[in-house]
Amino acid sequence: MFTLRKVVLALIVVSLYTACSSSSSDDGSSENKDSYDRGDLLVNLADNMIIPAYQDLNTSLKSLKADKDAFVASPDQAHLDALRTSWLASYKVWQSVEMFNIGKAESLLYGFQMNVYPTSVQEVEANIASGSYDLTHPNNNDAVGFPAVDYLLFGVAADDVAIVNVYNDAKYTKYLSDLIDQMQALTETVLNDWTSSYRDVFVSETGNTATSALNKFTNDYVFYFEKGLRANKIGIPAGNFSSTPLPEKVEGFYSKVYSKILALDALNASQNVFNGKAYATSATGESFKTYLLFLDRQDLVTQLETQFEEAREKLNMLNDDFYTQVTTDNTKMTEAYDALQKIVVLLKVDMLQAFNISVDYVDADGD
Amino acid sequence: MPITLRSYINRKTNAAPLAVFRMLFGFMMCYGMIRFWYHGWIETLYIQPKFHFSYYGFEWVKPLGNYTYLLFVICGLSAFFVALGLKYRMAIIIFFLSFTYIELMDKTTYLNHYYFISLMAFLMIFLPANAQLSVDNLLRKKAYQNIPQWTIDSVKLLLGIVYFYAGLAKLNSDWLFRAMPLKIWLPSKYDLPLIGDTLMHQTWFQYAMSWSGMLYDLAIPFLLLYKRTRGFAFVLVVIFHVFTRVLFPIGMFPFVMIVSALIFFDASFHKKIIRFIKDIFQGFTSKIAIRTEPCYRYTFKKPIVLIIGLFFVFQLAFPFRYLLYPNELFWTEEGYRFSWRVMLMEKMGMSTFKIVNGKTGDFFYVDNADFLTPFQEKQMSFQPDFILEYAHYLGDHFTSQGHKNVQVFVESYVALNGRLSQPYIDKTVDLYQEKESFKPKHWILPFNDDIKGL
Repeated sequence: MFTLRKVVLALIVVSLYTACSSSSSDDGSSENKDSYDRGDLLVNLADNMIIPAYQDLNTSLKSLKADKDAFVASPDQAHLDALRTSWLASYKVWQSVEMFNIGKAESLLYGFQMNVYPTSVQEVEANIASGSYDLTHPNNNDAVGFPAVDYLLFGVAADDVAIVNVYNDAKYTKYLSDLIDQMQALTETVLNDWTSSYRDVFVSETGNTATSALNKFTNDYVFYFEKGLRANKIGIPAGNFSSTPLPEKVEGFYSKVYSKILALDALNASQNVFNGKAYATSATGESFKTYLLFLDRQDLVTQLETQFEEAREKLNMLNDDFYTQVTTDNTKMTEAYDALQKIVVLLKVDMLQAFNISVDYVDADGD
Repeated sequence: MPITLRSYINRKTNAAPLAVFRMLFGFMMCYGMIRFWYHGWIETLYIQPKFHFSYYGFEWVKPLGNYTYLLFVICGLSAFFVALGLKYRMAIIIFFLSFTYIELMDKTTYLNHYYFISLMAFLMIFLPANAQLSVDNLLRKKAYQNIPQWTIDSVKLLLGIVYFYAGLAKLNSDWLFRAMPLKIWLPSKYDLPLIGDTLMHQTWFQYAMSWSGMLYDLAIPFLLLYKRTRGFAFVLVVIFHVFTRVLFPIGMFPFVMIVSALIFFDASFHKKIIRFIKDIFQGFTSKIAIRTEPCYRYTFKKPIVLIIGLFFVFQLAFPFRYLLYPNELFWTEEGYRFSWRVMLMEKMGMSTFKIVNGKTGDFFYVDNADFLTPFQEKQMSFQPDFILEYAHYLGDHFTSQGHKNVQVFVESYVALNGRLSQPYIDKTVDLYQEKESFKPKHWILPFNDDIKGL
């Protein structure tokens, strides 16, 4: 027969076990048996995708800086062309970096200091006129980064001759110089944090908790695809979120011809991360895709591959300049949006369900 | 009235098990309220959201701003009074009303175990749970040796229904033959000590858990009922609930059920607990002479027996109301809640609302984050009644903003138990014109698969 003592004892044992097991840390076991090794996934992300992309961006921004120095020293058409070329090269690399909003990038609000568009001409000009500004201040997020440089190199005056002329004004050269220096410095800060310490933290956090690197990265990736790619690049200019289209909100508004190339690069970069393809080589490793395959979700992988292809086709049908596309035939833009939206559904609903990621925002009991 | 039923209703039993149950229930509920506050959930779930999802017919139940805290204080205090058995009848009525009000404020937070607590509190209003081990005994200088046996049996019956119906709900092809949703949930617990990376991803383990969960739910009321299997059954209860507590974020529910299961034990067991507690307070209570009456007598016995009878008829029938709806229950969720369907589905959705000017055809999409908390958005995205209520809210909002000829459409995708997501709501239906009712919702698109079973 059950005695009171036995019951009390049982309840104490129970509460101890529960207390212990619910305090398990973010760190996963390093000696995984035959189950999927999420540590390998994080290592592949960090070593073959994230860090190489940051390194490439940093190198690219350094040459942007050098070209800028040359232009500032002697503003002429040849130097302007060189500067524009390296700006575009860096902007293209940036498309592989924007989705990695984790670690130092997150705490510095790095993304907001690099690519908020449309840039505010008013604030850029106000900063230039006053000559004193804090580029890191949130109010200046729309006056810095690639979009602000886009304006300064392509939109600050009516034609190239006039643009070159503008840089005889020291205030303009100073602002251009400060912007580019700041972009490079920020990137180096984030990169150094990855290589010096964060990489090891990142790869160790394989747990399924709201704050583990694996879960945060996954949520960030999906969020980037939905917001940074689908909405910012296509949906907002196409007027999906407003009563009328807003063509002046395209990425690369002043340079006119690059919005498509940037969007395609972003799509490729997202797909490469999904597939686990290394940034610099064609090698592939553990990825969301292999994780899904481990979970018997070939159906979802196939579906995603089809949709990535469809989205690429739709983007390819667009004008090089999305501004022109929106103002002449916006239907093609909304079709591209719909194709990207299908990927968002597959990532956000199906993939997150398959991973059963603990989400960071839902803090309440379940059933 | 047949003789057997009459003699059953007149049968007496010792009051100790119900008294101990009352005390433990009260303390747990009081702790539950404190815990809810401590986690900041009053703020995040009831104060911060701009909009609350209401139950059909209970739209008037809303959070009370900062007075919501007061509501939780009242609820927690009444639970404490229940535990003490102090002004028990009044305390349990207040607890039932305040707790139920809290649960009705926003259906985003619906949980079966909150519903269970509301029902149990309602039932307890009619039970003499303060017959022993209560401050009321001291105040009235009167205690009761025995109470009608049906009072304790009704608590057991409610517990039995919860388990048995939860077991019946598991008799479906997803649970038994696809091991869903455990096949999704278990592998994601890979970071548990010892069992995380050895068992959780094993297919056999997922099936074993599904089947044993189903058998457990169906069998446990009977195993607890019979004296010879009771000890074993209680061990099972503890193991099962601890395991679910470790695996899933289900808060206090496992402990509520473990403690509730004690009521199945004989009075001798509960007498020991009462003796133990009385020994502690001996110095305080021995000065008061309490007269122990042999038996508690109901003043309004007939109406109360009738109420309890109707209550259980309703409880037995209500979970089967889904049979009146034509489509797949898991997909449409018509008749899903209040039916002990616990942990049966891994369902996720994404619902994007489109505000259209009916005359010009101009449209734009809504950013749900402008109106809903992430938790509300998550729950809204795959539940049709949420989608409809939110569509009306958006329609009213944009109309009041000066938009003309407002139509509200939704593009919604839902994935159920690891199937690929598929369109959920007919995106050509203007939801602003659809009314909530108990009728089947024609604008839910058909489910592309078949789930067999109850």
